[in-house]
Amino acid sequence: MNDIAYFKDQFEQLQEADPKGTIAGLRQSGFDSFSKAGVPTFHDEDWKYTNVSSLFDKEYPIAGLSGVTLADVDAVRLPGSELANELVFVNGRFVAGLSNIRSGISDLIVLPLEVAATGAYKDLVAAQLDHSSNYLSDGIHALNTSFICGGVFIHVLKGKEPKHPVYFYHILDTRQHPSLAQPRSLVLVDESSRLQLTETYATLGPSDSFNNQVMEIVVKENAFVEYYKIQNDTANASQVNTTHIRQIGRSYVHTVTLTLNGAIVRNNMNLVLDANGNETHLYGLYLLKGKSHADNHTLIDNLKPNCFSNQLYKGIADDASTAVFNGRIMVQPDAQKTNAYQSNKNILLSDNATINTKPQLEIFADDVKCSHGCTVGQLDEEALFYLRARGIPKESAEVLLLEAFAADIVEQIKPEVLRSYVAKLIYEHLAIQ
Amino acid sequence: MKEKSGTLEQAVLNEYKYGFVTDIDTDVIAKGLSEDTIRLISNKKNEPEWMLDWRLKAYNHWLKLVEPKWPNVKYPPINYQDIIYYAAPKPKKQLNSLDEADPELLATFDKLGISLNEQRRLTGVAVDVVMDSVSIATSFKKQLSEIGVIFCSISEAIQEHPELVKKYLGSVVPMTDNYFAALNSAVFTDGSFCFIPKGVRCPMELSTYFRINTENAGQFERTLIIAEEESYVSYLEGCTAPLRDENQLHAAVVELVAHTKAEIKYSTVQNWYPGDKNGLGGIYNFVTKRGMCKGDHSKISWTQVETGSAITWKYPSVILKGDHSIGEFYSVAFTNNYQQADTGTKMIHLGKNTRSRIVSKGISAGHSQNSYRGLVRAGKQATNARNYSQCDSLLLGDKCGAHTFPYIEVKNKTAIVEHEATTSKIGEDQLFYCRQRGIDAETAVALIVNGFAKEVMNQLPMEFAVEAQKLLAVSMEGSVG
Repeated sequence: MNDIAYFKDQFEQLQEADPKGTIAGLRQSGFDSFSKAGVPTFHDEDWKYTNVSSLFDKEYPIAGLSGVTLADVDAVRLPGSELANELVFVNGRFVAGLSNIRSGISDLIVLPLEVAATGAYKDLVAAQLDHSSNYLSDGIHALNTSFICGGVFIHVLKGKEPKHPVYFYHILDTRQHPSLAQPRSLVLVDESSRLQLTETYATLGPSDSFNNQVMEIVVKENAFVEYYKIQNDTANASQVNTTHIRQIGRSYVHTVTLTLNGAIVRNNMNLVLDANGNETHLYGLYLLKGKSHADNHTLIDNLKPNCFSNQLYKGIADDASTAVFNGRIMVQPDAQKTNAYQSNKNILLSDNATINTKPQLEIFADDVKCSHGCTVGQLDEEALFYLRARGIPKESAEVLLLEAFAADIVEQIKPEVLRSYVAKLIYEHLAIQ
Repeated sequence: MKEKSGTLEQAVLNEYKYGFVTDIDTDVIAKGLSEDTIRLISNKKNEPEWMLDWRLKAYNHWLKLVEPKWPNVKYPPINYQDIIYYAAPKPKKQLNSLDEADPELLATFDKLGISLNEQRRLTGVAVDVVMDSVSIATSFKKQLSEIGVIFCSISEAIQEHPELVKKYLGSVVPMTDNYFAALNSAVFTDGSFCFIPKGVRCPMELSTYFRINTENAGQFERTLIIAEEESYVSYLEGCTAPLRDENQLHAAVVELVAHTKAEIKYSTVQNWYPGDKNGLGGIYNFVTKRGMCKGDHSKISWTQVETGSAITWKYPSVILKGDHSIGEFYSVAFTNNYQQADTGTKMIHLGKNTRSRIVSKGISAGHSQNSYRGLVRAGKQATNARNYSQCDSLLLGDKCGAHTFPYIEVKNKTAIVEHEATTSKIGEDQLFYCRQRGIDAETAVALIVNGFAKEVMNQLPMEFAVEAQKLLAVSMEGSVG
């Protein structure tokens, strides 16, 4: 399949329906970059360990109105949903009819992206949307931009701490044919406000799904953001998941990415620290089985002085799975007094599994403290022996140790409902041999 | 740390003391690269037919390749037709002893601090000297040959030991390996050849000095070291070049083969001309170095002190093929002014119970960029492979950069790989401690940097350790403040 020609028709159809405005312009420039860059191959340094060609060897008919019902959504809901603002995306498009916005408009505003781009938020959207393309020049990211349609804009108002967290449910319906979803969202967390955001994914049906998602979050002075991503989709579900967070005022960001299942899962977590004194914590956990391939790329770009960042990514690769970690810390000349830490720890449980890890430091300022460490190893023989000597069967002892290994990350999930839910997911995931 | 002492300024002025040109009669061929150039080189060296075929094959492959762009270095495109591929000091008659060598030439090496006569008498180091394209003198040959060690120039080896050269040349770094290795395979002019027979522990350090003298000449040397079963050799390599405004290309290939229970220790002090304060001139040092631990229980250890070259681009690697084999890499890379270094190692674990250790210390000053790039790969069969890597960077100034790109690929569940890296500047408290005790800022920085690099310096043979420490101190002069 010729990727560019294939998408060109669909792109032109989309442009015809809505030829003017900010978003149409963005789509055009996105498609131009996609035409130029094409689908990444292993010759691209950022895609060296992840082969996405299998995602582009099939046709994805335009989804249209899917038959996703409320019952389907019920099956996907996360604990705590009865108190949450639930946003449902079907095949990448926001469906207001299935969603529940519980916060009042004095706390939180949710608008279709197209509406925000023409109304009161026009200038803001024009200024902030697609900032991520400054950091990601590959074809897949550009492809998302070429097909911006049915996205959302969220604004947490100044000084507000909405008591209802925000949940995103991404539902891909493959009951008729393979599904490609390209959701796009822009979130503005205003001064002195607070946002808790959780995303989860579900593929319905037997065909392959490919979720090519981009979310951009802009964080202002004194704001506090918690962001959780739970990826526990089916074995035929793939995604390229980009989260681009810009801290443009002194603020605090805390993220946890959890990957349990999926075919090819690529996460780009970009943090742009564009204000003095930002604090950022990134956590990740990937527990891979079967033929899953998970690739976590993190990027922290320190632009301003006195920022602190801490990253801890842990993973287990079993069966024929592949885990990739690429952590990149950049410290620009102005970013003196940066403190940046990064750690990546892996356990390899099978000779058919692979772990590729590449922590990178690129430092252009001298008064900094940066370090990274990474390890690849196995379960501690002595700890295993200790447990077995106390009559615990080998399998249970292994699960116990792996659970403990994962606990470092699980405990970073602050809301109790989600934490206990994830702990249970992980236990079940590890216990099934 | 703001004020500069008078001596400090002086030190900045006479930065590179090896920058003289020797006025020596040189046999130079015309610039440019073509099949004819290669035939000419081969002809001048009186090479057998198979060697010429090998070169031409490499050349034809090179034509198909494109220059790699992935290293973290920037330089204007190289015009491969504007390089002299062969330059040899004349007259090139067979030398029986050093006394017959051109006095001008001997004086050159005196200036470099390697008086061949003295070296021979005092230190007991066997030296092979390569100037521009050809090997000009090899000392201690007789004593070495008595115990069966072959240490000569590679041209000589092609003539006298063709069976060994045929067997091993390109066995570790194939001619198709990469752009610069292919170029080197096509046009290499000289280099050292070293063969340690079974069970022999080479009684002295073997050493090669490389010097580029002729303007516009590229140096393409090829080194091949073979350690037979249960043998040991320690090999040293040093490099210098004159001051020039143009950039000169140095693309060498070094191949090491260690058989069962053999050990090769390869040390480099690289001090090619780094260019001036404004980044003008200097050597492009694009080198492929690789060792193969072919037999069980073999060991290869690379130690490098990199202070010179405008651009350094090299990754001394070890392929751990034999079971229980060991690979080591110790490196200090110092960059100042506008130097760029992209250096590191590759440890490819293939055999069982293989171990490797990487210690890399990068120091950047001025406007320089210093990158560590390394690969640790544990293959599927590499049961119990073990690696420990440590990469530390020290920044002396706010205009330089320090970068780390470690690649780790593990396919075996019993492998244990660890990597650690830190980047920092010299602690104010450390400086304060020294200054409070009456040590001036510059000496204090030198002291701290030397301490930082100690772990690697300790790995150098004694003769080199002293030189390397001095070199580091000289390179650092003027970088404080």
